[in-house]
Amino acid sequence: MANILDIRRRIRSVVNTRQITKAMKVVSAAKLRRAQERTMAARPYATMLTNVLKSLVKRAEIYDPETGQPKHPLLALREEHNILLIIVTGDKGLAGAFSANVTKAASRFLQSKAGKNIDIEAIGRKGRDFLRRRYPAAAMQTRSLADLESEDSDETRPEQGARAGSIQITGEHVGILGKFDFSQARALAESVIERYDNQEIDSVYVVFNEFKSVIAQRLIVEQILPIENVGEQSVRQSQDMTEDERKKAKEAAISSGIGMRSESPADQVAEKFATADVDYIYEQSPEELFRSLLPKYVGIQIFRALLESAAAEHAARMTAMESATSNATDMIDSLTLVMNRARQAKITKEIIEIVSGAAAM
Amino acid sequence: MPDTFQLEIVTPEKKVVDTAAAEVQIPGKNGYLGILPGHAPLITELSVGEIKYRDGGEEQWLAVAWGFAEVLPDKVTILAETAERPNEIDVERARKSKQRAEQRLTSGDTNVDVERSLNALHKAETRLEVAENK
Repeated sequence: MANILDIRRRIRSVVNTRQITKAMKVVSAAKLRRAQERTMAARPYATMLTNVLKSLVKRAEIYDPETGQPKHPLLALREEHNILLIIVTGDKGLAGAFSANVTKAASRFLQSKAGKNIDIEAIGRKGRDFLRRRYPAAAMQTRSLADLESEDSDETRPEQGARAGSIQITGEHVGILGKFDFSQARALAESVIERYDNQEIDSVYVVFNEFKSVIAQRLIVEQILPIENVGEQSVRQSQDMTEDERKKAKEAAISSGIGMRSESPADQVAEKFATADVDYIYEQSPEELFRSLLPKYVGIQIFRALLESAAAEHAARMTAMESATSNATDMIDSLTLVMNRARQAKITKEIIEIVSGAAAM
Repeated sequence: MPDTFQLEIVTPEKKVVDTAAAEVQIPGKNGYLGILPGHAPLITELSVGEIKYRDGGEEQWLAVAWGFAEVLPDKVTILAETAERPNEIDVERARKSKQRAEQRLTSGDTNVDVERSLNALHKAETRLEVAENK
């Protein structure tokens, strides 16, 4: 029979652990709420920008009538030799399989593009660590977004030398996910577009956790360049939550009071932007507008990926901590049972000893 | 005709302004535009500059860096990458940014991206100007 003192000590230790996981869950829930609000707040801008672009697509001559080739380089399909992959994971652990799932999806994607040159920009410490163990770093690194002290990134980018391998890491961005704003997304978009313009890369993909709400998340690989259809996501691979994950996420959300709605009234207002049935006066020609708006579209997509991934990370951590807490509770219950049995057994044994001692007299 | 229109200024971060305004001045790419209620429908790109609007009696200022505006007779919607009120502007940072841009422009180095540096300079100067209207 186990020692009662030992069991009691173990119970105390599990109770302490449960206190920690419970606190972490509350913290994650609070962070999730903030991240969710930011994601929502970013939506009207994205919707409006997309709407304007869509209406411009109809008005402007985007395709050359003679060759059928798009006039804008960001729309042009080139043969895919060099690929840029942006991987968005978390900076911190204790979030279940959150980052592992992303890196797994990234590996699958890399395999599917075997034989091509792939540059990787890693966002988040977990993904960076994973990739570092497998792939070499490029000779010239893009400046980390974490060091971006001013939004005016007016430095010229160093020339890329020889490749370090067919798959190489060209940039690491660690520690930005806790606190970032649009300027980081824009800086990354600008560097991506520059490389695309210089034909250093022929296409750009992002792997990240999409977050519509706590119960509507999926892990996707999205193509952001070239832009296939404005306003439509070009999802290359996607992986939905399993039923079990959804159930757990829902339970965790309910117990922390997180809402599950994914629409806000502002979205509906945004939908109407630039779609009024009137003849607008265009201060600039539609072509010119289109040209300057398209790069912004890339920026907002990267921004969205960062925001949603950050929200998804908090949601994953909240869910993980919720199950850790309930596991701890289960463990305390079963340990208490074992302890009570042991105590009872001890008492019984003592009584028997006394009774049989008395009988022997 | 009503004497105000709805003014909305939206950035990727949030909705900065949502109010009834009697007048707004926006930095169009081809020059500043003054807009009063009942303006003809118009779409324009914005450059770096100041937005000035009046809601009630007071004049409000905002510094914007690149944006886009849709004007309708009863509504003006502005999409801006950044839109900052005077008290949100980090004057120290703008000053440093201005210095850096000036240094680059006068350095004589051929590697300097003149357009970008000019843009940075312009942004910093606009911020400083708007900040003075606190």
